[in-house]
Amino acid sequence: MSILIDADTRILVQGFTGRQGSFHAERMLEYGSRVIGGVTPGKGGQEVLGLPVWNSVAEAVAEQAVDASIIFVPARFAADAIMEAADAGIGLICCITEHIPVHDMIKVRAYVSMKGCRLLGANCPGVISPGKSKMGIMPNQLFSPGTTGIVSRSGTLTYEVADALSQLGVGQSSVVGIGGDPIQGTNFIDVLKMFAEDPDTERVVMIGEIGGTAEQTAAEYLKTHHPNLPVFGFIAGMSAPPGKRMGHAGAIVSGGGGTSAADKISMFRSMGLPVADHAEQLAEIVKASLEDRD
Amino acid sequence: MNLHEYQTKSLLEREGIPVPQGAVAMTPDGARQIAIDCGSVVAVKAQVLTGGRGKAGGIRLAENPDEAEDAAAHILGMDIKGHKVQRVLVEQASHIKAELYLAALIDRTSQQIMVMASSEGGMEIEEVAARSPGKIRRIYADPFMGIRSYQCTRLAREIELPVALWPAFHRLVSKLHTALIKHDADLLEINPLIINYSDQLVALDGKMTLDDNALYRQPEFGSELGSEDQHPTEVEALNAGLNFVYLGGNVACLANGAGLAMATMDAVKYYGGDPANFLDLGGGSSVEQVTQAVRIMVRDPGVRALLVNVAGGITRCDEVAEGMAAAMDEIETRIPFVVRLVGTNEAEAHRILEPYDVEFAARFSEAAKRVVELAREGAA
Repeated sequence: MSILIDADTRILVQGFTGRQGSFHAERMLEYGSRVIGGVTPGKGGQEVLGLPVWNSVAEAVAEQAVDASIIFVPARFAADAIMEAADAGIGLICCITEHIPVHDMIKVRAYVSMKGCRLLGANCPGVISPGKSKMGIMPNQLFSPGTTGIVSRSGTLTYEVADALSQLGVGQSSVVGIGGDPIQGTNFIDVLKMFAEDPDTERVVMIGEIGGTAEQTAAEYLKTHHPNLPVFGFIAGMSAPPGKRMGHAGAIVSGGGGTSAADKISMFRSMGLPVADHAEQLAEIVKASLEDRD
Repeated sequence: MNLHEYQTKSLLEREGIPVPQGAVAMTPDGARQIAIDCGSVVAVKAQVLTGGRGKAGGIRLAENPDEAEDAAAHILGMDIKGHKVQRVLVEQASHIKAELYLAALIDRTSQQIMVMASSEGGMEIEEVAARSPGKIRRIYADPFMGIRSYQCTRLAREIELPVALWPAFHRLVSKLHTALIKHDADLLEINPLIINYSDQLVALDGKMTLDDNALYRQPEFGSELGSEDQHPTEVEALNAGLNFVYLGGNVACLANGAGLAMATMDAVKYYGGDPANFLDLGGGSSVEQVTQAVRIMVRDPGVRALLVNVAGGITRCDEVAEGMAAAMDEIETRIPFVVRLVGTNEAEAHRILEPYDVEFAARFSEAAKRVVELAREGAA
């Protein structure tokens, strides 16, 4: 088992004919993902990578079964693309696009949830269930199948951690990037709940960063609902000065407390959740916990 | 992007929210003219994008145009927490009966627009939150329905606003909410919102943060990329499409993705170095952007060593390598480079950088340790 996607998930690509869309669709196919085709308005009837292109999501779902859609369209059109997928009844929508205006995302998030769909992102690397399927932009070779789930606010940092785990022989059940934007379709708690209910996930690595208090809310959720699920944390931004936005719209240490890396780390530790001092050490403490168990 | 008080107020005024009569001046004589137009006691206020200007002497009352000119001469050019004052706002002084707080903002916790109000205005809202959290009251705007009237009533009652002012308060909250959306703002704060002796609600100070991702559809401010409160290098980087924050240490750090960029700085710090900057190339950056990033970093006189830590996904390692190579061809520098490129097209990247004087590192901690050593040697 795994969460969100597995070997049978039929994936549509929105923004299929664009540079990013076609490049990553090809990497997904190489990984073994069941990409069934894609959508680019005005290019219906063409073929990309030997797969059909439709003008709209509605046309695609009229012809083929679609379980999930991944979106690569530019920021100005991405909010519309997400709603189009939701309107066509696609259950899982993953939006890779970054820089979507926040006011658009507030409406989109509410719309998608009203339609009963799950949105991952925007501004996220997607999800991979190693050895089964990838719906995202992460490099194929860094992941290996196993029983450790990863959930993260950061894309590239996730690759680092997965790579380090893989090198130590610790494989992953699913790796989910929830994205770094202030408005998110899926949050830490949604993913932690899925991992806790997944019989093949035995422990979870959670990668957070400065800004907001989502990590603390997640830690409290774990304590109440899944106190026996082993969770290992890392929080990026120990060296970030207050008041400066570090890249992500959400990554800022702001006044009022609780949003700095030190605050989050001390909160995790007070709840008995192990936290790594630096990114590479995270894989080492997960590995060490497995050896202790043996 | 943060707007100045005078920009925020002119925007509020256009939305029909009462503000004191006034205008902005860049010279003492300009301040004098505005004071004549106001025809009353005026406040001369430094326009800087930082808090604490009152304590720093950046706000003065002037009884007449002569005094306004003197006050402006004193304030213009003043340094407030590293911000040089270039403009003053000259406006009619208000008679204050009560000071309130009102703001509309994007709330991450509820994933909605939140309107926050308090009877404790005039100080930083964080202070109120720390001292008397119960004094901050909140309502949430439905993404499709907006703010409803009964919510405003509840908010007015909870901040103990006199009943006679409830209708005006409703209008104000509704306009604030509309303005937040219309101008693609993350935050629109009125602090203090005052009740004057004519029993009117007036916005005495305003603060606004615009969503950088929406500047393309906000032509009024979209052209002002890089506001005055930023380090000049940050503005240059912003124009090159890079996320750069100047930190002033000895190890320059370049990574892709905000999380990895922070984790890279954290590792440098963990091993005893001092990060010179945060630099996130962003996703799918071009060769030219990488070249520009390297140029910006090696120019910093405090930098003793440079660390490149890229995990290729949507970013291709070979393009990063090409960008670095182009920079090294062009710049004469003795700063040592430690390079870690993993992921998409990594082998190609290593081939490109082979002829150059750079040290490769395979592991994250190894790269951080090594660059800190080199920075120490460079300083010695």
